[in-house]
Amino acid sequence: MLKQLTNVQVWVHDQDEALAFYTEKLGLELREDVTVPEMGNFRWLSVGVPGQDDVAITLMAIPGPPVFDEDTRQKIQELMARGAGGGLFFATDDVRASYDELSKRGVEFLQEPTEQPYGVDAGFRDPSGNNMRMAQLRQ
Amino acid sequence: MTPVHPARHLLRAKDLVDARYREPLPVARLASTAHLSPAHFSREFRRTFGEPPHQYLLTRRLERAAELLRNTDWSVAEICTTVGLRSLGSFTTSFGRAFGLSPTAYRAAHPPRQRARIPTCVLQAWSRPQPSTFREDRPVGAGLASSHG
Repeated sequence: MLKQLTNVQVWVHDQDEALAFYTEKLGLELREDVTVPEMGNFRWLSVGVPGQDDVAITLMAIPGPPVFDEDTRQKIQELMARGAGGGLFFATDDVRASYDELSKRGVEFLQEPTEQPYGVDAGFRDPSGNNMRMAQLRQ
Repeated sequence: MTPVHPARHLLRAKDLVDARYREPLPVARLASTAHLSPAHFSREFRRTFGEPPHQYLLTRRLERAAELLRNTDWSVAEICTTVGLRSLGSFTTSFGRAFGLSPTAYRAAHPPRQRARIPTCVLQAWSRPQPSTFREDRPVGAGLASSHG
């Protein structure tokens, strides 16, 4: 049987920009940054939440040929830019404090902290358009 | 650095509507967020997201109003102003066109209930009224915020 979730992947339009956003603005830590010349300089780049070592977020550049044809690559890029990509949900102990801190660092929020039946949550995006959320769940 | 897709700038304006729908949002402010002229912005927004920006703003406000009707005991007038609309008459008319019920009847038909842990973004996306199911109460000029004021 499956034992553990170890990696989740988000498409990013620029890995350097994504790395700066996830580490410098969100405060995640770099896990792996490996470029493989024999794979056309494929770059495996992952980050993670400090203290949660068993799950990493892979920041994957949208590949062109031979993985995707150019049309497919462009369509993914466009869908991402339209906000139709996936997303990540984070937990925080104090969503309002996190909102203040991330706002100061330049994170663009599309939803301020909002009371919900399950707690308080807020929403923002990464530079590629991925939907990000953080929630302070009611105990 | 990889160039940013043009739609990403438009998404920033759409996100501004989601974040600041309570405030007056003139088209010039949204266009500025997307780094476009107002006329070009409105065309490109519609081409990218399938509806003009003022309509997106209205449906976002109506969706938020519906949520407040379901989950608070605030008066209809309070909800109208809370979501950024200034005319109670226009709000009632637009709400009826969008949801097929007056705000009061809508509230009566949707009592608060326990829900799963569905995040706000999903609730907002799935409960926003379809723009094709209603039309706006009045023609809209250049200022979005005054369209229902």
